[in-house]
Amino acid sequence: MTLELTAQDRSVLDGGQGPSAAAAMKILVAFSNAIGAGSLLDISGAHIDGCLYHGKAGLDFVERLVEGGGRVRVPTTLNVGSFDLIHPGMVKMPEGEEVPARRLMTAHMELGCQATFTCAPYQTRFRPEFGQQIAWGESNAIVFANSVIGARTNRYGDFIDLCCALTGRAPAWGLHLSDNRRGRILFELDIAEPAPSDSLFVGVGLIVGQASGDRIPVISGLPRPRDEDQLKALGAAAATTGAVALFHAVGITPEAGTLDEAFQGHAPEETIRVTQADIDHALARLSAVPDGAPLSAVSLGTPHFSHEEWVRLLSLLHAVAPGRGIPIYVNTGRATLTRLQEEGALAGMEAFGLIPVADTCTYVTSILKRLDGVVMTNSGKWAHYAPGNIGVTVAFADVEDCIRSAAAGHVVRSAP
Amino acid sequence: MTRPVERSGTFLVLGEAEGQALVLSQALSFWGGIDVETGDITDHSHPGLGQNVAGKILVMPGGRGSSSSSSVLAEAIRRGTAPAGILIERPDPILAVGAIVAEFLYGIRMPLVVCEIAGIVSGDQVLVGIREDGGAIVKI
Repeated sequence: MTLELTAQDRSVLDGGQGPSAAAAMKILVAFSNAIGAGSLLDISGAHIDGCLYHGKAGLDFVERLVEGGGRVRVPTTLNVGSFDLIHPGMVKMPEGEEVPARRLMTAHMELGCQATFTCAPYQTRFRPEFGQQIAWGESNAIVFANSVIGARTNRYGDFIDLCCALTGRAPAWGLHLSDNRRGRILFELDIAEPAPSDSLFVGVGLIVGQASGDRIPVISGLPRPRDEDQLKALGAAAATTGAVALFHAVGITPEAGTLDEAFQGHAPEETIRVTQADIDHALARLSAVPDGAPLSAVSLGTPHFSHEEWVRLLSLLHAVAPGRGIPIYVNTGRATLTRLQEEGALAGMEAFGLIPVADTCTYVTSILKRLDGVVMTNSGKWAHYAPGNIGVTVAFADVEDCIRSAAAGHVVRSAP
Repeated sequence: MTRPVERSGTFLVLGEAEGQALVLSQALSFWGGIDVETGDITDHSHPGLGQNVAGKILVMPGGRGSSSSSSVLAEAIRRGTAPAGILIERPDPILAVGAIVAEFLYGIRMPLVVCEIAGIVSGDQVLVGIREDGGAIVKI
């Protein structure tokens, strides 16, 4: 298909809005030609996953756009960076690496991006609405926006998310178009009256991610989630073990009122039954140690903890009162943290070992004081990536067991 | 070599290049797949493990994997450890973005061509040129 540009697109390409917008349009056109898009469409927001420093080319790109007077054309949020700018000294890094890593975060702000530095932009005031066209990076945010909200984005990444933001345009292709959002593969939960535990949603996500390939999954038989944080955990897990950008949960997510709606009247190409044993097996693979192993830390908030998750955690900390000094790291967005501080909710919590982390995440940079023991997490995504990224040994469990373990000093888990 | 063969292709990223072919039977993800400091293929699950892409005309079925491959390709082009050009059978947006960004930043053109790759073997001398109509011409 040949890409048809509007007169406005052509004018941007020819430098009508300055050299940075022209460069962004040129890259967007190359991308659109490579995927065979027929045209571009307007977007109402963007989320940029470009603040983690991976090398000079990434920083050079943003610096060049800043020099050329580039400005984002739509409200644009930023994903996590390598630094916690709120808590100086939290991240330990040699100075030679620190300077460009910090600059990468501030250079994005000079393009007009919002200093959100969160992987959960859907928990900020920039949350999109049902049906809105957006260009988002960050796998968990993409799957949440498409599935839980019903906004529309493809899996955008390196450079191209920022090019969409600088032009306010995205290729009319993939999940931006209704027809391409229909389910292809059905996962039937074969558990009688399952309890809506956090682990169930993580386990289903792990299985769906692994088995879907490039087909959009539809899940039937899921219990009604306690809140959207459980769907956030499902999506994050599915986007970790696979490339899932959109899932439908029948009777739960907005484009799946019925099975028929989720498949847009078509039949599933494949049906997979998911049993409790499958879920237990998927979850067991996240833990490398048996119960009783000595614990060095707990890490929560991957994706970033919501206000609701904080409220439950704080009440749990008061009830269990862990007092062994085992650090409990909680990754969260700076806006959520500010709200908690204004509410006075965090006063005295350091006595329980609580260490809030903003703007970044404990598995992408050096925050953890000890890497030698076992770190416990309630996140399928953290459990999957942390051993490779920072070299820790992980035990996975619900947040209740994580806090009980911090109090006991070793891994304690309830029977599954 | 007495078998000069010409085939035409489509540029995803325009440019001219010449080099020895490195033919991979499977798509390679640059992210997690090459050492950006050397151009060595480091993906242990890939049959090309241990080969080096720097300065070669890389020939493979398509691109693969994470969008982070765009950054890795751009960084490799900057460092001079990238292929001189890439021939693929299936269009790949992630490689296209990496190459076009490197051209924008550093003025280095690494052509990315979609064409028939059957019949090209590792070690062939390959030349990528630009036809008058803007299409790609690949001489082996």
